[in-house]
Amino acid sequence: MLVVMPFGLLFGTVAADAGLDLVEIMAFSMLVIAGASQFAALQLLVEQAPVAVAVLTGLAVNLRMAMYSASLMPHFAGVSLRLRALAAYAMVDQVFALSIARFAQTPLTASERVTFYFGVAAPIIPVWYLGTWFGAEVGGQISPAFALDFAVPITFIAMAAPMLRTPPAVVAALVAVATSLLAVDLPFNLGVVLGGLVGTVSGALSEVLWEQRA
Amino acid sequence: MRLFSDTTLWLTILLLGVGTFLIRFSFLAVAGGRSLPKWVLRLLRYVPMSVLPALVAPLVVWPQATGGTLDLPRLAAAVTALAVGALSRNVLVAIGAGLAVLYALLALGV
Repeated sequence: MLVVMPFGLLFGTVAADAGLDLVEIMAFSMLVIAGASQFAALQLLVEQAPVAVAVLTGLAVNLRMAMYSASLMPHFAGVSLRLRALAAYAMVDQVFALSIARFAQTPLTASERVTFYFGVAAPIIPVWYLGTWFGAEVGGQISPAFALDFAVPITFIAMAAPMLRTPPAVVAALVAVATSLLAVDLPFNLGVVLGGLVGTVSGALSEVLWEQRA
Repeated sequence: MRLFSDTTLWLTILLLGVGTFLIRFSFLAVAGGRSLPKWVLRLLRYVPMSVLPALVAPLVVWPQATGGTLDLPRLAAAVTALAVGALSRNVLVAIGAGLAVLYALLALGV
């Protein structure tokens, strides 16, 4: 929750700075509720990339949630489709992490799990909306001297850095950076997509090699 | 004075919103189904740590605000965010440190 508020603030601020109005900014945060992908898509729009590239890059950032969905699946067996859809909507990193940790530790009935999951989501999701709203309100008034253009790159680096815990993760990141820089002249910002793809495959391959060595 | 049309923005918001929901709902929608094969999970693990650096690298090397010239405050801020993030494993601390270095160097006129 402590992380969600400043992220929302930053997104609202950066989006207002990019020229979005309040309705657009709130729609962004309420329909997507996935900060990193929102920053990524918005950044690409600012760079005048086509819709397809902005959406694909945003979705790639969110692909990890397929893992969340798969991990939560057995714990939501027998729960109504409507509640599972609502759970999907609220599936942000913090809700997933807290819930799966709890489900792994404590034997609970399906309805207790549902209660716990939405109990975690209930304070987090509105804080994301509120943070975005506050950010949107102040964002338009911030002077260019604050170099907000660079808040987004710093945010991405700060999000990626803690993930670089293993050699394969470092390989994935380095290959992605190198590919993206070499492919920067590709049209439609496709260099970013290519970097993401080549980095992902390099990471997975080096994990295989790393496991065989160990 | 934004650089993209209303249609472009709303299409992006709607498609990203629907697509993200479908990713989240995927396995919950078929609760009781099979889990993902191991190689898919392996690939999925490396997506965020590839996509984010791929997106950020050109922005650091050729910043838009300087017209595409590498500049010291932004480079130093990027290196700081990376180092602090890797050591502290705390995203907000890393953002704070990066912005602090950026503003300090810009204020000094480096």
